[in-house]
Amino acid sequence: MQRRNFLKNISAGAIAPSMLGGLGMGMQSTSPWQKMIQNFLVETDHVLVMVRLDGGNDGLNTVIPLDQYDKLAVVRDKVIIPRNQILDLDGHPTVGFHPSMTEMRNLFNEGKLSVIQSVGYPNPDYSHFRSTDIWMTGADSDEILSSGWMGRYMNYEYPNFPNGFPNADVPDPLSVELGGTLSLTFQGPFAGMGMSITNPNEFYNLVQGVQSSAPNTPAGKQLEYVRRIAQQSNDYGQVLLEAYNRGTNMGTYEDTGLSEQLKIVARLISGGIKTRVFMVSLGGFDTHDNQVVEGNHTAGEHARLLSQVSKGISSFMNDIEQQGFADRVTGMTFSEFGRRVISNFSNGTDHGSAAPMFVFGTQVKPGILGTNPIIPLDADEDTNLPMQYDFRSVYSTLIKDWFCVPQNDMEGIMLQDFQYLPLIDSSDCVSTATHELNQRAGDSLISASPSPFTSSTNIKFETAGGRTLVQVFNTSGQLVATPIKGTYQKGTHEFYWNSENLPAGTYYLRLQNGVFQQVKPIVKVR
Amino acid sequence: MNRRSFLDFFKEKKTKNESSHDFLSKAATLEKGSEKQEAFSIPMRPPIIAGLEPYTGTWGVKQISHLLRRTTFGAKYADVVHFKGKTVAQSVEELLTPSTTPLDLPVNDYNDSDKQDPTVPFGKTFIGAEWDEDIEGTRIWSLKGWWLRRMINQERTIEEKLLLFWHNHLPIQFFDIFRVNWNFEYMQTLRTHSMGDFKAMIKAITIDTAMLFSLNGQQNSKEEPDENYSRELQELFCIGKGPNGKYTEEDVQAIARVLTGWRYLWNDDIVDFVDWAHDTDDKQLSSFYNNAIITGRSGAAGANELDDLLDVIFDNNEVALFICRKIYRFFVYHSIDAETEQNVIEPLAEVFRNSNYQIKPVLDKLFKSAHFFDASNQGAVLKSAVDYQVGLYREFNIPLPPDGELSDTYEITSFMNFYLEEFQQSIGDPPNVAGWPAYYQIPLYDKNWVTTDTLPKRLRLTDIMIINGIPSANYAYPLDVVETARQIPNVEDPNALIANTVEWLYGIEVSAGVKLVLKSILLSGQLTDSYWTVAWVEYISDPTNPMKLETVKSRLVKFYYYLIHLEEFQLS
Repeated sequence: MQRRNFLKNISAGAIAPSMLGGLGMGMQSTSPWQKMIQNFLVETDHVLVMVRLDGGNDGLNTVIPLDQYDKLAVVRDKVIIPRNQILDLDGHPTVGFHPSMTEMRNLFNEGKLSVIQSVGYPNPDYSHFRSTDIWMTGADSDEILSSGWMGRYMNYEYPNFPNGFPNADVPDPLSVELGGTLSLTFQGPFAGMGMSITNPNEFYNLVQGVQSSAPNTPAGKQLEYVRRIAQQSNDYGQVLLEAYNRGTNMGTYEDTGLSEQLKIVARLISGGIKTRVFMVSLGGFDTHDNQVVEGNHTAGEHARLLSQVSKGISSFMNDIEQQGFADRVTGMTFSEFGRRVISNFSNGTDHGSAAPMFVFGTQVKPGILGTNPIIPLDADEDTNLPMQYDFRSVYSTLIKDWFCVPQNDMEGIMLQDFQYLPLIDSSDCVSTATHELNQRAGDSLISASPSPFTSSTNIKFETAGGRTLVQVFNTSGQLVATPIKGTYQKGTHEFYWNSENLPAGTYYLRLQNGVFQQVKPIVKVR
Repeated sequence: MNRRSFLDFFKEKKTKNESSHDFLSKAATLEKGSEKQEAFSIPMRPPIIAGLEPYTGTWGVKQISHLLRRTTFGAKYADVVHFKGKTVAQSVEELLTPSTTPLDLPVNDYNDSDKQDPTVPFGKTFIGAEWDEDIEGTRIWSLKGWWLRRMINQERTIEEKLLLFWHNHLPIQFFDIFRVNWNFEYMQTLRTHSMGDFKAMIKAITIDTAMLFSLNGQQNSKEEPDENYSRELQELFCIGKGPNGKYTEEDVQAIARVLTGWRYLWNDDIVDFVDWAHDTDDKQLSSFYNNAIITGRSGAAGANELDDLLDVIFDNNEVALFICRKIYRFFVYHSIDAETEQNVIEPLAEVFRNSNYQIKPVLDKLFKSAHFFDASNQGAVLKSAVDYQVGLYREFNIPLPPDGELSDTYEITSFMNFYLEEFQQSIGDPPNVAGWPAYYQIPLYDKNWVTTDTLPKRLRLTDIMIINGIPSANYAYPLDVVETARQIPNVEDPNALIANTVEWLYGIEVSAGVKLVLKSILLSGQLTDSYWTVAWVEYISDPTNPMKLETVKSRLVKFYYYLIHLEEFQLS
């Protein structure tokens, strides 16, 4: 028996729709035909999946510097992994993986996973909360930023969001975070740039219709926020549900939180969702104690967590490869810090600094970036690993090479110029019209006033110049008029359209101009 | 499928070291941004002129409900009526008076055909019982259910709300501790001090068994100092990491050494100071603490270093400011502008220091103040999950099964606890040592409660509660809509019912359009007010007539359904 089914049954049983007389139950209807013309542009956008290891992952027991092993065995004797249990990597005799990471080791050997050594930032902060904020915003250690790095990228790519979203060009959530809350990573300068879900298979209509206008008071602002969330839940909940139902999974996933989350991500992508960034997370990495089992260091909390990460990523890769869209998807792991070089008294490790990151996918440049950290034999509680790479270099590189953002625009997103790293194959980063579309998404390019109208209405449209087409379709998708067809100068134009011969009802205005197209409903009444 | 297996399913989900928080993530955060950005992401309010001077304005349903929503869970209408006969000062004083009813102990209400507590008989308390790996998780669920019952059945006192405040401020995770006795003791530690001496509370929590295990005090020794508790004592419990929280990494390390030696002793089942684990060297603190030195003491006297340390920490002005800001954010509004800092936080901190860190005078000053009742502060908070759920129970008079029906009560509270987890606020198990993000994460704060994930879930739960009620094997109580309406003055007049209900239930006005919808529900779309009046009067004159009951009930169900589904209901 599934808990979800139970809940679904009980809600279904509890609510007799007739009893509520349709109150608040009206679904927004969109004709299938309208959906079709809205989706005729096929995008093959790249997708980034972020895997968050919450709590500070112990890098030195994850990617183990074998040439430092003897020193590690001394300074972190309470957690050291027996040498003969460490997983070897093809072609890299001095680096090994934790024994729970068989699947990730295989991915590495197949060239589908790479390691970046000692990633951190200058002047590390040892507070979980502050360091998490730093990793999510891309701030300097002593700098406070109010937006997330991904939120800033999305704001660059979709500057109109949330006004006019969702729309025909960008119908899907910009980003999706699995879990109940949307993290700072996705906080844009002006709005949260994503959606948090735990199960896309649940849809609940939230919009009731009649509203009071929100007063300009603190309570009014909160009310506006709740309404926006309700609207987004409705708008995006439906598209997520549809994508989820269209999508599928291949291969098997284990029944753990992280695998379940990755499975949902794969299924949404498979279902054609155009969301470009996903975040999944696994907590519990704050292994101050019982990181390992005394007397059996390959068991314990950390081993359990790494096994979940390894199996989750591997199942996900297997799934998306079998389904044939692996080339569009890249993933990365991150954690707010690594752990202390020395082990503590409780078979664990305390907060540390730099630690390795993983990047996975068929398009990664395989191998290991950077060198093994050097372990001092006299390491004490103040000893922390120096960083080799700034985490923001990884972010910058992914934005540039995976999301194909021109170098000139990078500083506006990352706020500084960070080192570029050879992480990923950027060869299919050809300039596309998609970016231009995204930039204008949410703009109103065509409108009619009045609407509803009786016989004629004034139609206003905006063109970027060149060939421009305005068509009118009826609800069955038949073209009933083409009032504008020709070459126009860049700017806003206006014309008077007389519809006398058409029966009353809903029609769709469609503007086409270069890569832009926009569809707006208009209503003719008697 | 049966309900019992459903309950077991999610009970078993939780075993030691398998916390549910894998799936949670820390929510959106930020400190302060540029003005422009804040204008969008943080609702800036116009400065509130009113400060801590006593509130002398209107004392009506609106103000009383505001006070009750913030200091209890939901504004129970009977409480509104009660306080209407008192002054502001009397009301606040009553709310700040602890209940004198002796605390009932949680009991075994979970034994069933598949699960038996090996040592505790059904109906007897498991507090004090021997730890048992197989049943401990069930006992913890039962403790959480007991906690929820106390919230639902609370008397007219702030106690339960304050307990939640302190649990959020000084958190542990019950399923991480996995010993129901220690969890219960921890709750008692907080409850004992919740309105008392904050310094004493910090001392008590520092050497509380659960806290010693939660933040590794148990492993802290002179050979291997563990700085986990030391860091959080400063960062999260006393000083904060704000712009003026300038303690250093060296302070973290030095204070860890001060705290060495406090141990839970397994054989004696007590926490005590053991000098063999204590670092007897002097501990030098930074200039943030005026370069204070905690003089190393040996033998049993080493225990006194904790008092020396707290003296040094509490000498710092930041402590009172930090706690007063936290109280303000929890009870009043999430954002503190310069005026509020100056007119409210600083004088409150002064009250706190002058009373030697007594908590009650601070609350007393705040809740009686003109600032607290300022119109700008009403409705300006988004309901936490507990506010929402427990509030529904209290505002709509939903009973729990009768006393003695232990299994049914356990089933229902387990269901509620499951939902609280879905709403991101599992009592007893906050996501991390900073508590729930909604109480601390700038700039979203309480907006974290209401997301695209949790908002639909809140309303799904509501739907269950409105029509059917959360079910157990033998009971299911839906919202008691008729009894709820009956309390409202002039209930027979649809206009009065609407106006009075909105004033009581919402911290914000609604438009004439919304009132029209509400009225059309009561009148089934007709236009004559007396249709409702007649229906109500007929029901009252013949209350056992099922037809007449159904006539008013079916309309009221839709009426409250609509009110609860409006976004306004999410405001507190």
